[in-house]
Amino acid sequence: MTARLEFDPLLDDPATRVLVCCGSGGVGKTTTAAALALRAAERGRRVVVLTIDPARRLAQSLGLRELDNHPREVVVEGFEPKGELFAMMLDMRRTFDDMVLTHAGRDRADQILSNPFYQTISSSFSGTQEYMAMEKLGQLVAQDEWDLIVVDTPPSRSALDFLDAPQRLSTVLDGKFIRMLSAPARASGRGLLKIVGTGFSLFTRAVSTIVGGQLLQDASTFVQAFDSMFGGFRERAQRTYELLRSPGTGFVVVAAAEPDALREASYFVERLSAENMPLCGLVANRTHPVIATDLPAAKALAAADDLDRSGEAPLAAAVLRLHADRVAVADRERRLLARFTRAHPGVALVGVPALPADVHDLDGLREIGRRLAGE
Amino acid sequence: MTSWTEELTRARLHVVSGKGGTGKTTIAAALALALATGGRRVLLIEVEGRQSIAQLFDRAPLPYAEERIASAPGGGEVHALAIDAEAALLEYLAMFYNLGFAGRTLRKMGAIEFATTLAPGLRDVLLTGKVKECVNRTGSDGRHLYDAVVLDAPPTGRVVKFLDVTKAMADLAKVGPIKGQSEGVVRLLHSGDTAVHLVALLEEMPVRETLDAVAELDAADLRPGAVLVNRVNPVRLPARSVSVAAEGRVDATRVRAGLTAAGLDLDEFTLEGLVDETVEHAIRVQSEQEAMELLSESDLPTVELPELTDGVDVAALYELAEVLVAAGVR
Ligand SMILES: Nc1ncnc2c1ncn2[C@@H]1O[C@H](COP(=O)(O)OP(=O)(O)OP(=O)(O)O)[C@@H](O)[C@H]1O
Ligand SMILES: Nc1ncnc2c1ncn2[C@@H]1O[C@H](COP(=O)(O)OP(=O)(O)O)[C@@H](O)[C@H]1O
Ligand SMILES: [Mg+2]
Ligand SMILES: [Mg+2]
Repeated sequence: MTARLEFDPLLDDPATRVLVCCGSGGVGKTTTAAALALRAAERGRRVVVLTIDPARRLAQSLGLRELDNHPREVVVEGFEPKGELFAMMLDMRRTFDDMVLTHAGRDRADQILSNPFYQTISSSFSGTQEYMAMEKLGQLVAQDEWDLIVVDTPPSRSALDFLDAPQRLSTVLDGKFIRMLSAPARASGRGLLKIVGTGFSLFTRAVSTIVGGQLLQDASTFVQAFDSMFGGFRERAQRTYELLRSPGTGFVVVAAAEPDALREASYFVERLSAENMPLCGLVANRTHPVIATDLPAAKALAAADDLDRSGEAPLAAAVLRLHADRVAVADRERRLLARFTRAHPGVALVGVPALPADVHDLDGLREIGRRLAGE
Repeated sequence: MTSWTEELTRARLHVVSGKGGTGKTTIAAALALALATGGRRVLLIEVEGRQSIAQLFDRAPLPYAEERIASAPGGGEVHALAIDAEAALLEYLAMFYNLGFAGRTLRKMGAIEFATTLAPGLRDVLLTGKVKECVNRTGSDGRHLYDAVVLDAPPTGRVVKFLDVTKAMADLAKVGPIKGQSEGVVRLLHSGDTAVHLVALLEEMPVRETLDAVAELDAADLRPGAVLVNRVNPVRLPARSVSVAAEGRVDATRVRAGLTAAGLDLDEFTLEGLVDETVEHAIRVQSEQEAMELLSESDLPTVELPELTDGVDVAALYELAEVLVAAGVR
C-alpha cells in the first residue's frame, strides 16, 4: 500500500531545513513550492522560498515585482503568519555575475563580465539556470537566516536536468576543448591530440572558418581569465550537491497525472534513490477527483440522453454530462497513478485537485497548501 | 475570429511553436496529416534530438534520413526527419573539409557539442539550413518534392532566436560557405512561404507566452500563422447558465426535478456533489473563455482542438487532423 505523503509533520520538524520541488515543466513546481512555504510560515517557521520564473500574477501576490535577486519579506494586507515568509525570484545572470565578482579580483572580474563569450554562457547556455539555482541555494544556506528554505527548480523538460546541468556546464567550462581551441599550443592534453591527430587541427580550422576568429579569441581570453577561479566554481557546485544529500534536505517530486509527467517523475525517483538523496514523496498535482462519487458515468449519460430526447431540463442534462466527463478524467488519472505506485510502492503520495482557476493569490496558495496537507 | 486563411494555404513551411508541453509535437504531427489529406506529400521535421516523432508514431528511433511514417486519407503521405545538429554540422563540414574518421572521434568526444556551445547560433543556422534544403528540394520533374513541410520547432521562449538567422549569423564568420547558405534561409523564413503557428492552452501562462511570441515574431519580421488552441474541454452548460453557476448559484431544485424526470432518484449528498462539480465546471469554462478573449487580441486565425480524454495515440492524431481539415487546413 502506498503511504500518504504527510506534509505538516515535515514542515513542523525543525530538522527539515531545505525542501526542493522538482518535476517536469508546467506541472506546478512553483505553485507547490510557494504553497508549502506559505503553509510552513503560517505554522510558525521562518521560511524563504526561492522561485524561478513564476507566473506574473503569482509573483505579484508574493509582493515580487521584479527580479532583485534578494529575499524580501512578504508583506500583504491580512497576511499575519505565526512565523515569517520571505520570497525571491532567481536572476540567473546576476547570480552568475555575483559569483564572478566573489571569486575574481575587481579587474579580472570586469574583464570576464564584459567578455562576449561570458555573456553567452551566463545568459543562454542550457544548464546555467540550474547551476545558478544551486548556487543561490548554497548562498541562502550559508546566510543561515532562515530555518526552512523551499526551492523551486527551473522549468526544464526533464526533472533530472536540475541534477545534471551544473555538471554539464562545468564540463564545458573546464573541458579540454576549450583549452585546445583557444590555445592549442598550450594545451596540456597531449594524449588527446595524439588520438585525434590531424583531424583536430582540421576541425579547429573548420570551426574557426565558421564561427569566425573573433569568437575564438573571446573564448580564449575568457578561459585564461576564468581558469584561475574555476576551481572555486567547481568546489562550490560540489558542496551544494553534497548539501542536497544531507539529512536536512528533502525532495518533493511534483507531477501531473499524465503519462509524460509521471514518466519523468519515475526517472527522477529512481535517480534520487541511486544518489542517496532523500525523497519526501510525490505530489500528484491537478487531479480531478469525482465529487458525486455515487453516480456512475454510464447511468448519468443514459439519463442525459433521455432528457435530451425529451428536450426537457437542459440544465440537468448538462450537469449529468459534465459529471460523466469528470468520471472519465478521474478514471484515467487513477489508472495512471496506479501504474506509478505499482512501480514505486515505497513512495508516499498526495493528490492535489485542480482548482477551477489558476492559482495567483495567497488564498489560492493557502488552498493548495491545505490540499497538500491532506485537509 | 477566422479559421484557416487563403494566405495560410499558400504557405509551404509550417513552423509549429508554443510553450513547453502545450502539444507542439502532437499538433505538428496532426497538421502534417491534415496537410497531406487528399493526396499530398508532407515532411514532418523535428530538431531537438528527442525522437519525439518516433515516440508519437510508436516506432523505432528515426535515423538522420527522411522516412515515410504515415498515410493520410485520399492517398497522402507523411514523411519524417529528425535533424540532428551534430550530424548536420559534420555533414556540412564534410562538404568543405575532408575530416575523414576524425569526424566520428570528435563527435564522441563532445567536440561538436562544444563548437555549438561556443556559438549557440551555429546550431540554429545548421538546423534551419537543413529545413530550407528540404522545403526547396525539387524532384526530377522540377516540382517540389514536398508539397508542405511541418517543423516541430523549439518552444516560444526560444523560437524567435531560432528563426532569426540574420542575428545568429552576426556571431559567426562574416565570410565563408555558411554565410551564403544562410542568406537563402533568411529569404525563406521571412517570405509568404513560411507561417509560424503557435500552440496554446487556455491557461494564464501559455496565453501570455503566445501573445508575447506574436509580438516578438512581428518585431523580427517573421509571420505569425494561426493560434492552435489545444486541449479544449467541452462546454456542457448552456451559455446563459455559465456566469451564474460560476458564482456558485446552481438551482438545485431544478436540477433535482430534471433528474427525477429522467428517472434518477439521488440522495442529497450526491446532488450536492453534482452541484459542486457544476460550479467548478462553470468557473473553469469562464476562465477559459477569458483566456480565449485574450488570445483573440492577437487577431490571428484560430483553430480549437479538443482534449482527448484517452490520451494521444496514432489514431488520435488522425482525429485531430480531421478537426484541422474541418477548420479549413489544406
Ligand atoms: N488534444 C490533446 N488531448 C489530450 N492530450 C494531449 C493533447 N495534445 C497533447 N496532449 C498530450 O500532452 C502531452 C504533451 O504533448 P506534446 O509532447 O505534443 O507537447 P510539446 O509541446 O511537444 O512538449 P515539449 O515542449 O516537451 O516538446 C503529451 O502527453 C500529449 O499526449
Ligand atoms: N492544483 C492546481 N490547480 C489549478 N491550477 C494550478 C494548480 N497547480 C498549478 N496550477 C497552475 O498551473 C500553471 C503552472 O504552474 P507552475 O507552478 O508555474 O508550474 P511549474 O513551476 O511546474 O512550471 C500555473 O498557471 C498555476 O496557477
Ligand atoms: Mg515554475
Ligand atoms: Mg515536443
